[in-house]
Amino acid sequence: MARISLTSDRAGAAWLGLLALSLTALPWYKGAGLLAGPAASALAEALSGRGWFWPLIAAALALGAVALTRGWQVSRLALGLTLAAAFLYVWQGFAVGLRGPSSDWVGGVFARAAEGQTGLGWGGFLAGVALVGLLSDLVAARGFCRGERFASFCITAIVALLTTFVFFPILKLGLAAFVDTEGNLALATFWARLSAPDLWGVACFTGGGRCGVVVNTVVLGVLSATLATALGLALALLVNRTDFRMKRALRAISILPIITPPFVVGVAIILLFGRTGLVTGFVADLMEVRPTRWVYGLPGILIAQVLAFAPVTFLVLLSTLEAINPTLEEASRTLGARAMTTFRTVTWPLLRPGLAAAFLLAFIESLADFGNPIVLGGGYEVLSVKIFFAVVGARYDLGNAATLAMILLALTLIAFWLQMRWMGKKSYVTVTGKSDAGLAAPLPPILKIGVLAVVLPWVLFTLAVYIIIAVGGFVTDVGRWDLTPTLGHLSTAFRFEFAETGLELYGSAWDSMITTLWVAGIAAPLTTLVGILTAWLVARQDFAGRRAFEFGTMLSFAIPGTVVGVSYVAAFNVPPVDITGTAAILIICFIFRNMPVGMRAGLAALAQIDKSMEEASQTMGAGGGTTLRRVVLPLIRPAVFTALVYSFVTAMTAVSAVIFLVSARHNMATAYIMGRVEAGEYALAIAYSAVLMIVMILCVVVIQFLVGTRKLGRRQELQGRTAAEPAE
Amino acid sequence: MTETAIEFVDVVKRYGSATAVDRISFSIARGELVTFLGPSGCGKTTSLRLIAGLELPSEGQVKIAGRDVSRDPASERNVGMVFQSYALFPHMTVLENVAYGPTIRGVAKAEARDRAHAILDQVGLAGLEARLPSELSGGQQQRVAVARAIVQQPDVLLFDEPLSNVDAKLRRKVRAEIRDLQQRFGLTAVYVTHDQEEALAVSDRIVVMKMGQIAQIGTPAELYERPASAFVADFIGDANLIEGRVEAGKFHAAHLALPIGAESGKVTATIRPERIRLAPGGIATILSASYLGSRMEYVVQDEDLEFLVSRPISEPRLTAGDKVDLQIDPADLILVR
Repeated sequence: MARISLTSDRAGAAWLGLLALSLTALPWYKGAGLLAGPAASALAEALSGRGWFWPLIAAALALGAVALTRGWQVSRLALGLTLAAAFLYVWQGFAVGLRGPSSDWVGGVFARAAEGQTGLGWGGFLAGVALVGLLSDLVAARGFCRGERFASFCITAIVALLTTFVFFPILKLGLAAFVDTEGNLALATFWARLSAPDLWGVACFTGGGRCGVVVNTVVLGVLSATLATALGLALALLVNRTDFRMKRALRAISILPIITPPFVVGVAIILLFGRTGLVTGFVADLMEVRPTRWVYGLPGILIAQVLAFAPVTFLVLLSTLEAINPTLEEASRTLGARAMTTFRTVTWPLLRPGLAAAFLLAFIESLADFGNPIVLGGGYEVLSVKIFFAVVGARYDLGNAATLAMILLALTLIAFWLQMRWMGKKSYVTVTGKSDAGLAAPLPPILKIGVLAVVLPWVLFTLAVYIIIAVGGFVTDVGRWDLTPTLGHLSTAFRFEFAETGLELYGSAWDSMITTLWVAGIAAPLTTLVGILTAWLVARQDFAGRRAFEFGTMLSFAIPGTVVGVSYVAAFNVPPVDITGTAAILIICFIFRNMPVGMRAGLAALAQIDKSMEEASQTMGAGGGTTLRRVVLPLIRPAVFTALVYSFVTAMTAVSAVIFLVSARHNMATAYIMGRVEAGEYALAIAYSAVLMIVMILCVVVIQFLVGTRKLGRRQELQGRTAAEPAE
Repeated sequence: MTETAIEFVDVVKRYGSATAVDRISFSIARGELVTFLGPSGCGKTTSLRLIAGLELPSEGQVKIAGRDVSRDPASERNVGMVFQSYALFPHMTVLENVAYGPTIRGVAKAEARDRAHAILDQVGLAGLEARLPSELSGGQQQRVAVARAIVQQPDVLLFDEPLSNVDAKLRRKVRAEIRDLQQRFGLTAVYVTHDQEEALAVSDRIVVMKMGQIAQIGTPAELYERPASAFVADFIGDANLIEGRVEAGKFHAAHLALPIGAESGKVTATIRPERIRLAPGGIATILSASYLGSRMEYVVQDEDLEFLVSRPISEPRLTAGDKVDLQIDPADLILVR
């Protein structure tokens, strides 16, 4: 047993060693190569007059001294010193900004603070890692996570990451709302921004002029969520409650929006319904009316959003319908109720929680949507677009963007809160774990006709949109019905030649395509890792603050992409973490935007697996990490696959947050497409989108091949059998 | 001088405001098989998990082989555990399951396999090494779980209701196997069950638990014959609990008057159903008679008291309504708290 106590000492000592290394042997600031070594370390900087490092170095030295005593890992002194060091680490980063000290007394005490300091480099980064590691080790020694070091480290690290990359930027953005352009606290400015008439005006209801942007956003959200929920319900009823033949096709169609790049649906709608659109022209000829620009504004955005969100509401409502125990409806029928009465008095009330959940989900998505309003908005302004132009447009005004972002965030959080409250209550799920006898009651005939009347136009419309996308990029001008096949658009984007020097890429889209693949390729596994790890911690580890931890991760998912984007601009343009303009910020953004999906997939999979298998592994001497790798991961491979695919595809098609973070060097496909749409080069945009979709499908196939889902069916079955019915 | 394998010193385990284990202390000697017995929610499983390290105590000390392991996670204790659901890894073969522990603890792969083979041989599973757990019967799965738990020669072997997934008919056989294995390897074992018959059959000693506390510790015979409380008497086997009073060295209840060495006052006494004899003709009435195959069970009313009485099938049968006389040997009467 001596070996074990040695390792526990070693773990703490190793983190301390890393801390010492990062303070004395590595360049503290960014920019300096690793080779700059000790000469650029925090210690060297402190010796040359940057005195704000001394408190941190002193705390580290004191820790080193404490570590020489026996049982130091459970001493209060060690924990206190580590917390102090963590505080001083954060403090040194904020005490001195890029252009000088952040407060007068810091400037007074440290003369060289006037020079300012740049962002953290290797030394700074690793010191942070070491402090997180040390802290996790000390709390584990005190019984956190049942003394399980690996889990303790994961939790501490994820909390640190969420704080840095989710909550800190939002906080910084919130502060920016209260600051004027000179950087002074200005409550009056904040109030002026908040109460501006172009935010809250309701003139459009009274007939005279436009509504404010907040009103617009909410009206759009409510309409869009209502229609999407209705359509989703129709689809779900059709699939679950009728003998409709094309169920598989419907499910397939419902996946399309997930892999459809933004803007391209908007473009297709313009090509169909714009002033010179195909349908517009046809109807104008037929009815002899003047074509108008009616589609720009609320109608256009609404059409695009309903098309995009219906699949989401469909899936939510389908699972609700499937969860309704058919015996309840059968009971109603045997009591003498007619089909319609049964639907009205039994099925519909049972559906209501699902409807509310679907509505709120679509509402939140509509609030966050950026791609459709910017293409189809016309004069109809919504918050996400207005935030974008406040930061990216000619009138850069971070304070105003921050104020708008806070309003958008508040709206989203209210919807999110309602959703959590609704879901938190005991929903009417009627699944008992016993197999339900009986079949779901078929839909009453009148309803069936109604459902088909909603669904068929939707199917036709979806087909029209995707036909435009499929052919638009490969004919001269689909908008004018010039269907001469051409590879001209494709060649503009992706021309290449085999020259003597090798492969030469001339197309204007190659840069963004390659960057997108790289970023998505790096982000996807990291997102999956963080997501699955978080799910495992939440589902399997019993630690103080678990509920807050879970809530925090879910909250990060609720923050609209536009808000995340502008908050990253506010937070990461300046030291200590100045990473704007790098590929890293794109990757980090994707990890924390998409990680909750991996987490949900992981939670669902873990709920199916007997926890005692992990406990068995532990009693056989495996730590948390080994158990995760050798027992848990092999059993939840489908969830890993889902998370990988989803995070990869989302990274390829995301726009709302990245649009703020792309740079000339690191441009993303979606940003490039947006540029083409703005320039009116629709065919090029469509061609690129089509290529992007094909690439995504290929990548999904490759991921499937790599992760391997073939044996899974059998394994799940095995697992189910051993856990449930080990009969003789 | 027996060596102490496991010791609890004032161990408390709380979950939020609920207390699962409420300051218990006991020790288990090396080579002993001790059972934690009690109704659900009494803290027996929590106590087992405290030994395993799957829970850490809120207060107090847990010692294994003399070492305080209160803050050590499960992976750093040398314990083997057989889970209620067996918890075999479905994606590994039988051999891989058993070799998992040694491999994790750094034993070379070939050596780990050799050890696994040897243990599987011992538990009678030779030839099934390449099977997946799902391809085994329930009894075989259970033996794999045991093999996997003992392959590393643990300081203590823990069983969490190991028979609850076994067919009622097989239970007797499997529990005999477990007992035999424990004796053969000289293992210290802790066994959790809510089935008192199972506990009586396998244990050297039993710890009866109630609401997070220890109600009584003793050998099966001690618990059955000398229960310390009405709870223990009632939980282990069937018992008649008789509220009565002691006056002038005699216990009075209904028309009974039995000599007893106790102070005067109100008391509760217990008597086992099979210790009461019935003689025809008397003032007590048989309320019901049940034929149970191996014995007869009667409910007998005497004034305001009802007695459960169990008689061998060989005795003359009585039927409901018969008048009988209750005959009790005063030595069988046990006063309890």
